Amino acid sequence: MSLLEVEGLHASAGSREVVRGVDLVVRGGEVHVVMGPNGSGKSTLAHALMGRPGTTVTAGSIRIDGTELVGLPAWRRAQEGLFLALQQPIEVPGVLLEAALSEAMRGTGASEVRARLAAEAAAIGFDERFLQRPLNVDLSGGERKRNEVVQLGVLRPKFAVLDEIDSGLDVDAVRTVAQRIERATSEWGLGVVAVTHFHRVLRELRADSVHVMVDGRLVASGGPELAEELERTGYRAYGVEEGAEGAA
Amino acid sequence: MSSFTVDRAGALGGPAWLKRRRTGAFEELAAMPMPSEKEEVWRYTPIDELALDEYAPSDGQPLGPLGSTFLNAVVADLPERAALVTVVDGRLVAVERTGLPASVRVGGVDVLGDEEGALGRVLAGGDALVRLNDAFHPDVVIVDVPARVVLDAPVVVVHWCTTASAAHGGPDSTAPTDGWPASFPRTMVRLGAGSSGQVVEIVAGAPGAGHGLVVPVTELSAGDGSHLSYAALQVLGTDAWHLSRVAAVAGRDATLRTFTAGFGGAYDRSRTDALADGTGSSTELRSAYLGTGSQVHDVRTLQDHAAPRTTSDLLCKGAVAGTSRSVYSGLIRVRRGAVRTNAFQTNHNLVLDRGAHADSVPNLDIEENDVRCSHASTVGPVDEDQRYYLESRGIPPTRAEQLIVLGFFDDIVQRSPVPTLVPRLRREVRLRLVDALVMDLEEADRDRAEKEASESG
Ligand SMILES: Nc1ncnc2c1ncn2[C@@H]1O[C@H](COP(=O)(O)OP(=O)(O)O)[C@@H](O)[C@H]1O
Ligand SMILES: [Mg+2]
Repeated sequence: MSLLEVEGLHASAGSREVVRGVDLVVRGGEVHVVMGPNGSGKSTLAHALMGRPGTTVTAGSIRIDGTELVGLPAWRRAQEGLFLALQQPIEVPGVLLEAALSEAMRGTGASEVRARLAAEAAAIGFDERFLQRPLNVDLSGGERKRNEVVQLGVLRPKFAVLDEIDSGLDVDAVRTVAQRIERATSEWGLGVVAVTHFHRVLRELRADSVHVMVDGRLVASGGPELAEELERTGYRAYGVEEGAEGAA
Repeated sequence: MSSFTVDRAGALGGPAWLKRRRTGAFEELAAMPMPSEKEEVWRYTPIDELALDEYAPSDGQPLGPLGSTFLNAVVADLPERAALVTVVDGRLVAVERTGLPASVRVGGVDVLGDEEGALGRVLAGGDALVRLNDAFHPDVVIVDVPARVVLDAPVVVVHWCTTASAAHGGPDSTAPTDGWPASFPRTMVRLGAGSSGQVVEIVAGAPGAGHGLVVPVTELSAGDGSHLSYAALQVLGTDAWHLSRVAAVAGRDATLRTFTAGFGGAYDRSRTDALADGTGSSTELRSAYLGTGSQVHDVRTLQDHAAPRTTSDLLCKGAVAGTSRSVYSGLIRVRRGAVRTNAFQTNHNLVLDRGAHADSVPNLDIEENDVRCSHASTVGPVDEDQRYYLESRGIPPTRAEQLIVLGFFDDIVQRSPVPTLVPRLRREVRLRLVDALVMDLEEADRDRAEKEASESG
């Protein structure tokens, strides 16, 4: 079983330290949910894990099955089994989804890539004609999120960080997407770190653990009941004033 | 201008009116200044380096083995054709009709008979280079489609242009003894009311280094309610100069689409002027260029609106690598009376190496109030976020960059108004990116094909 270990992680975006000491252990097959007010550093944590240029890890360690990822470029981390579904997927004009995935899966035959794409699209009701589009070009917000999930299904990483995968999706789409991801946890033992604001997602994903992120730290961790409590009380208990969050 | 003499212009064949036209143009040329970098339309270009007296009008070379090979490749690439016209240094060598309706006239200047004034109707006036073409074009490729005829395959015109790599006058030289070869291709396309047609012009020469000057002039006229699609592809060798001019006019409710792609040449300039002349007409301009080595690509466009409710839409995309340079300069002109004009202009430039440079100069000249115009331009390296996105899927950086650059071009190439030209355009891009990005795409494709073959076998 795979193991993702994040230890004492500090990361800065621009000149500012945004992630200020995060510890997290995720085993293959587990689903961890990270909740937290806007601007608390959830997306920055996701990018720090993936290795986005400009998001600098200043201290700490990220390991998959013992391999240190800090210091490795994003593509090497991906090859070690990490995947990030972006909060805002990027448009890449002229680069077809299939071409990108074939490139990412060099060594796998084109027919196999195509078959997996078709199967993953069908699993979440992603229109097959979108598979012939350049990446994220002329796709709605929800279609882009589904596109990320299709890629996740085709690439079959060990661990997936999902940054607000539910935003832009309608109620039914949230369910099918969450069910696909939940199935992956048993299908190939996918470990998940899901950033979300919604309790519903958590339920569909059958989350094992919930973490509350405030001001760059995971200030509380618990089972799904923690999310229910948050739904009622908000983040006040963690020293966050209502309406005081950043805009991010 | 030693080799460009009135006698030489006068000795070229054709009907009497054409001979008169040539000598008239020569006289005007003699009184005109050559283009200068001081002029706005030649800013950022190396035009001052043009020494015309080092060239001489090419006087009729055969197609030769390189030209034949190229022609065969084009024939294979564009199997669907209404006609194939082969031209060497501006002289018609062959016209092959394949399923062209009898009423459509395709051929040399003879097609016009004594219809004096047809030539130069769309491009009246013009600078010294246009005059040079007027005076020295040996023939004219005519594509004349009468009213209410629909062509569903393109008329393909291949211009093979002689260049010379040995010192001129030497024993191995293919150049005339009096200078490097200069050729003046000339084309006129006329679509009658309610017709629709496609024309492809390919300007090509021997690959690699070879001096030569190519100054093509093409006039396009789309009659009322017609649909004209035109695509020009320039694939000369790396030392040639290519200074082309396309002038187009769209009649009432006509649609006129142009595409120019510049890949070869030491200096490659394409200027496209599209006049929306009839009420409700629309023009669409597309351009692509790719600079490697020390090439200079120069694209000038004019979206000219002279009638109400006209639309123009321009998209121009280019990339520069090595120490190459590019200039895009475009003007939207809305003349008085052209109310409810919509005009859009977009230019994107990728700068792939530190030594490369791109200039983008959008201009507006608007004399009406009730119009909608917009322009946008970008100049910069491959987008960081796009690269990160692809890398986050496990794609190494060089491959990610290659995919992004290929995608950048695919995006414009797919918009060719002549769809059958797309595969060829794509191949030209790939071919050159191999140099620019040290690509091993062919290798990757081969690997994949082999893998698939072994899987299915
Ligand atoms: N590139 C950056 N430069 C400076 N500040 C940044 C940058 N990226 C994010 N931030 C800031 O870091 C904080 C956390 O942002 P983010 O991680 O996007 O939060 P969340 O995803 O939890 O809403 C915000 O205050 C945001 O403005
Ligand atoms: Mg966020």
